[in-house]
Amino acid sequence: MNNLLVLPMVLPLLVGIILIFLRPFVKVQRVISFITMLVTFGISVYLLVMVQQEGIVTLDFGGWAAPFGISFVGDSFSLLLVTTAYLITTITLLYVFSTIGKERENMFVYPLIHLLLAGVACSFLTGDLFNLYVGFEVMLLASYALIVLGGEKAQLRESIKYVLVNVFSSFVFLIGIAYLYGVLGTLNLAHLSVRIAEVGQPPILTTIAIIFLLVFSLKAGLLLYFWLPGSYGAPPMSISALFGALLTKVGIYSLFRVFTLLFYHEPGITHTLLGIMAILTMVGGSIGAVAYNDLRKIIAYNVVIAVGFILSGLAIFNPTAIEGAIYYLVHDMIVKALLFLLVGATIYLSGTARLEQMSGMIRNYPLLGWLFFITMVSLAGIPPLSGFIGKVYVAQGAIESSAFVLLAVTLISSIFVLYSLLRIFRNVFWGETIISKDSMIPMKKGMIIPCALLAIATLTLGLGVEGIASVVADAAATLMNPEIYIDAVLNQGGV
Amino acid sequence: METMMSVLVGILVTVATYLILSKSLLRVILGTAIMSHAVHLLIMIMGGFSRDSSAPLLGEEAASYTDALPQALILTAIVISFGVTAFFLVLAYRTYKELKTDDLTKLRGHDDNE
Repeated sequence: MNNLLVLPMVLPLLVGIILIFLRPFVKVQRVISFITMLVTFGISVYLLVMVQQEGIVTLDFGGWAAPFGISFVGDSFSLLLVTTAYLITTITLLYVFSTIGKERENMFVYPLIHLLLAGVACSFLTGDLFNLYVGFEVMLLASYALIVLGGEKAQLRESIKYVLVNVFSSFVFLIGIAYLYGVLGTLNLAHLSVRIAEVGQPPILTTIAIIFLLVFSLKAGLLLYFWLPGSYGAPPMSISALFGALLTKVGIYSLFRVFTLLFYHEPGITHTLLGIMAILTMVGGSIGAVAYNDLRKIIAYNVVIAVGFILSGLAIFNPTAIEGAIYYLVHDMIVKALLFLLVGATIYLSGTARLEQMSGMIRNYPLLGWLFFITMVSLAGIPPLSGFIGKVYVAQGAIESSAFVLLAVTLISSIFVLYSLLRIFRNVFWGETIISKDSMIPMKKGMIIPCALLAIATLTLGLGVEGIASVVADAAATLMNPEIYIDAVLNQGGV
Repeated sequence: METMMSVLVGILVTVATYLILSKSLLRVILGTAIMSHAVHLLIMIMGGFSRDSSAPLLGEEAASYTDALPQALILTAIVISFGVTAFFLVLAYRTYKELKTDDLTKLRGHDDNE
């Protein structure tokens, strides 16, 4: 029992509500939201360190013990993601300050970001399936509002599809919950895991598992990613960066949780299906990433490839691959945010999102060009940067389980990632500059500093892997051994 | 009772699917609203109930009690789906005002018809 665990969800929720009343005072809103994010980041780091020393932290609301009340569970995996989410939001907020514009700042963009984060934290920390649904809805409703904020034609058009897809998948989620409750009579994740283990996952439960696979795949953009490129290109880039870094990752987190804690008894069916979907996602994402000349589309398809890659780690389903997937998940959250922010700066400076209309920007904006280069090699997985270690572990896990098709596709998809970003780098940054020194738009400090901070974060993650190695190993161990999680939730020795 | 409700859920899902697949935006939203009712009824049925079981915690001598949890779940889900439907309706209205159409085939969006 530890009440601190509720803060990553409650703090942004309360502050978000307070900020609604501070609508006219933009400066105050900025200061308060930045401080809140920083404080919450600090709390998550503290919790993460605590979990390393004392094991999984749980919180039963109102003192109702686990299977009967609602509980929050913080293990290494969920707290690692919460910490990364807050780190990214803190840095992205700096970018939001200088780019989002007066109208949006006056129309509740900061409260909405807070509510988004509250939903994300709730989804990561909850130990109850229905609460996961509620967390999802809080997050999604905030994201609906953020995606349409500003009311441009493209935003309205894309948000209709985004809302419809997500509303529909939420209903399918509820149907899955209803069936699961009908069959097992509980919704607490740990308790569900115990009961599924008792009956050994008969076909009815495998069917329910596939319903959940469908739902979370829609949210994560695994195979069912058709809604993703359009809707991630519509809002301002700083908002897209938050979406790319956080939203699909909540779907991925849920897939990891459900398929390691609940439905792990029939890997021949569910995990094979996951593997096939991951392969198709990577193939489709690769085709999309090289097919378009619109910068926003290219990076949106890069999100899709990463989703396929991370979930191929889950599909392989051995400790090494899961560990690799977790490394890559954390890395991808940071680097995807960085990529979106850099592309946002590029579009702002050149005034266009078309590849063929830009050239030689590295001459005018050297720092921007080199930051993009770092991002590119980091995503491709060049050793000193953070993408490398995840790829190595996933590949090693694939070899251990003789999943050679997955191995081949993951490695080839990395080449496509590199190629698609190299195409941006070559067309946009290399070559003759077409902007003269006089007509050059000066780079805003508020744009380049957050990018530099995120680049430092990916470098630190790459060089300081030792630092989080024990956390990731612990997270992977918890995922692969559900007893640890169940034990922490259901048998809290007296305290 | 449960059988009859299951059939009702089936009918509601059929109607909702038909409406969601139509071209007009308003029909699609109505479809999602009907879908939400179908899903809530499904949760109700899955909790299990019969006429013999009494309301929970009003007396201690009844043979069986109705499970109260599905009702709590539905209450939460109803609130959420009300909120989402309200948002969706406003969004549709704004889209109609801005883009002058509620035909989903015209809302596809390509690079050239911004």
